[in-house]
Amino acid sequence: MPTTVPAYGKEAAGRLVSMADVTASDGALRRFLHGLPGVDAVGLQARAATLGTRSIKTSAKAYAIDLAISMIDLTTLEGADTPGKVRALCAKGVHPDPTDRTAPKVAAICVYPDMVGVAKEALGDSGIHVASVATAFPAGRAALPVKLADTRDAVAAGADEIDMVIDRGAFLSGRYLSVFEEIKAVKEACARPDGSAAHLKVIFETGELQTYDNVRRASWLSMLAGADFIKTSTGKVAVNATPPVTLLMLEAVRDFAAATGVQVGVKPAGGIRTTKDAIKYLVMVNETLGEEWLTADWFRFGASSLLNDLLMQRQKLSTGRYSGPDYVTVD
Amino acid sequence: MTFDYAPAPESRAVVDLASSYGLFIDGEFADGAGGGLRKTVSPATEEVLAEYTQGTAEDVDRAVQAARRAFEKWSALPGAERAKYLFRIARIIQERSRELAVLETLDNGKPIRESRDADLPLVAAHFFYYAGWADKLGHAGFGADPRPLGVAGQVIPWNFPLLMLAWKVAPALACGNTVVLKPAETTPLSALFFADICRQAGLPKGVVNIVTGDGSTGAALVAHPGIDKVAFTGSTGVGKAIARTVAGTDKKLTLELGGKAANIVFDDAPIDQAVEGIVNGIFFNQGHVCCAGSRLLVQESVQDELLDALKRRMSTLRVGDPLDKNTDIGAINSAEQLSRITELTAAGEAEGAERWSPACELPGSGYWFAPTLFTGVTQAHRIAREEIFGPVLSVLTFRTPEEAVAKANNTPYGLSAGIWTEKGSRMLWMASKLRAGVIWSNTFNKFDPTSPFGGYKESGFGREGGRHGLEAYLNV
Repeated sequence: MPTTVPAYGKEAAGRLVSMADVTASDGALRRFLHGLPGVDAVGLQARAATLGTRSIKTSAKAYAIDLAISMIDLTTLEGADTPGKVRALCAKGVHPDPTDRTAPKVAAICVYPDMVGVAKEALGDSGIHVASVATAFPAGRAALPVKLADTRDAVAAGADEIDMVIDRGAFLSGRYLSVFEEIKAVKEACARPDGSAAHLKVIFETGELQTYDNVRRASWLSMLAGADFIKTSTGKVAVNATPPVTLLMLEAVRDFAAATGVQVGVKPAGGIRTTKDAIKYLVMVNETLGEEWLTADWFRFGASSLLNDLLMQRQKLSTGRYSGPDYVTVD
Repeated sequence: MTFDYAPAPESRAVVDLASSYGLFIDGEFADGAGGGLRKTVSPATEEVLAEYTQGTAEDVDRAVQAARRAFEKWSALPGAERAKYLFRIARIIQERSRELAVLETLDNGKPIRESRDADLPLVAAHFFYYAGWADKLGHAGFGADPRPLGVAGQVIPWNFPLLMLAWKVAPALACGNTVVLKPAETTPLSALFFADICRQAGLPKGVVNIVTGDGSTGAALVAHPGIDKVAFTGSTGVGKAIARTVAGTDKKLTLELGGKAANIVFDDAPIDQAVEGIVNGIFFNQGHVCCAGSRLLVQESVQDELLDALKRRMSTLRVGDPLDKNTDIGAINSAEQLSRITELTAAGEAEGAERWSPACELPGSGYWFAPTLFTGVTQAHRIAREEIFGPVLSVLTFRTPEEAVAKANNTPYGLSAGIWTEKGSRMLWMASKLRAGVIWSNTFNKFDPTSPFGGYKESGFGREGGRHGLEAYLNV
């Protein structure tokens, strides 16, 4: 966690202030977050749309497809999840294309906390991480001790990464300090007895935050509280990841790294289904944050159906022909 | 491994170029009266694309006579009939937009991304918009039955060849005038393709005439006694010469000339979007834009932050083959223009401003200039006063809104300005103080056929676009 952050507001002019000052009270934190540069919605959307017009062909496309596959958090988050379903997903994560063993493996398998043990066992020493959505996902409407217990349980079962949801009610009613303290507490609950810790991804549910200014504030708030990743959404609401929201979060991460030297990852989740869409996101990362973020360590896709489209496009590139849904697995 | 974008060139095969072009007079392509042929080259490669005819005074006279004869019938048509032709032209432009975009990029050097996504949609939109006015002129606020002027002589520049043609031809025809148009000498091809579109649309003979050639052809057109209206877009120097030629005659005149727009960024601006707006303001079309935001006025308190962000963003601009769909900045239009940009930037350095460009490799042949930023510029520097018409941004600073207004207005020009602030009251206050024809807030270089465009002071007079654009072609 950084010890100093940039001062914002009229007389700031690049000064740094201590973290303790910024998080001393709800009022201080509000002044800081509301002093961040504003977001012009029209301009942000126009920039995201322009980045979406890059034409990625041939060798660049092949590179992007494999990169996208390696960044996927292959996800199953259903009430009806069973050990069998999770094991099948894990097998797919290790060998996404049974007909072509050169296809890269995915970054992580994302499951509910009670399935962490199953996934961990199924993945063995494949190197694929297990991510778990803790903290009363997706609503986040539970008492803090319950959320912390949920987190500890998932970490104890072997989760490498914890995806937590923020309390949108507290955020929207301006109780920023409460959100900040909660993220900090969950981050502490990610610690393991051996001194290591699970990575913490903080989910905003941007569709519920509504405004772009709120997304920028939530990004800074989470990064100040120690998030390792910031993530758009749960995939459980009507509006999930969009290119403008993701671009805005990438810009916040870029500014935070410039101000504090701390690198934070970004994960758009929900609604990214096609290769074309995934490549647009990679272009955004490339032109906003650069190469350093173009790895699974710093950028992820939260998706379940994206993988099959990537695999079909990959087959097309290697064979010159489109196959069809029966040439990729349904898991 | 890095994420290198493989080349994604647009195919040239959609454009069928002839080796040589004549003039378009009275509905037919015809040889010139002995002015000879000129060559037009692709600025990105210096490859000769085609030969075209150097129009002479005699050719101009034939074109004006044809337009004069056509005027009788064209102006007598009901507005709804004229609208049909304009709608037809607009639709053909849409159908042939890919071909025209590639042609424009070949001849002008601008990136295909811009000719495809900005120029051509706007060209079609202008014809659609003025087609809609043709039968409603009585409701435009210029009397119950405003009459056309007659024959319009139109001279257009090389920065947006087809778009400037649309800005001039569409309102002229909608109002019932006929036209003789001279495209720029470095970019004549899209106007000749437009002539073909007029034939395809079945436009009556002589309503649109295209005479290609250099400045002398334009001078002959402007001086011809048979025209009733002169419309010119181009440099302030040529504009002044035209004004002298037309003075004392009863020809109507509109001039849309140079600019040195202030793009003003306050400390509460949406920084990321302001950076995009600055980039779009000065690097759109290689800065070959008369309303380009070529003077950045930034509040001192956010200067460092903004310039860091701007340099970072400039480093991601892709300069190169204009036909590549991933190119952001294409070629400079001509060797002459390149030498003018080079001369002015050298003056900037000599006068003590600090020059910066991102690392970028420029192609070996063709005319190229890297996107360039000058900091430490003052009002006394030439690069703060003269129009450079290239990808060169001069950065000045200010401390208070009053100072921003004073510096922004302290220019012989007054075509456009930009304001970046999250505070609505300040934005409106600034807009009322700035002496410029177009003022954008939290955006830049936005064009629409419904919006009037034109300047103050040495940026010219008259308005194009919108309802105001009709006035220049009506006897009001």
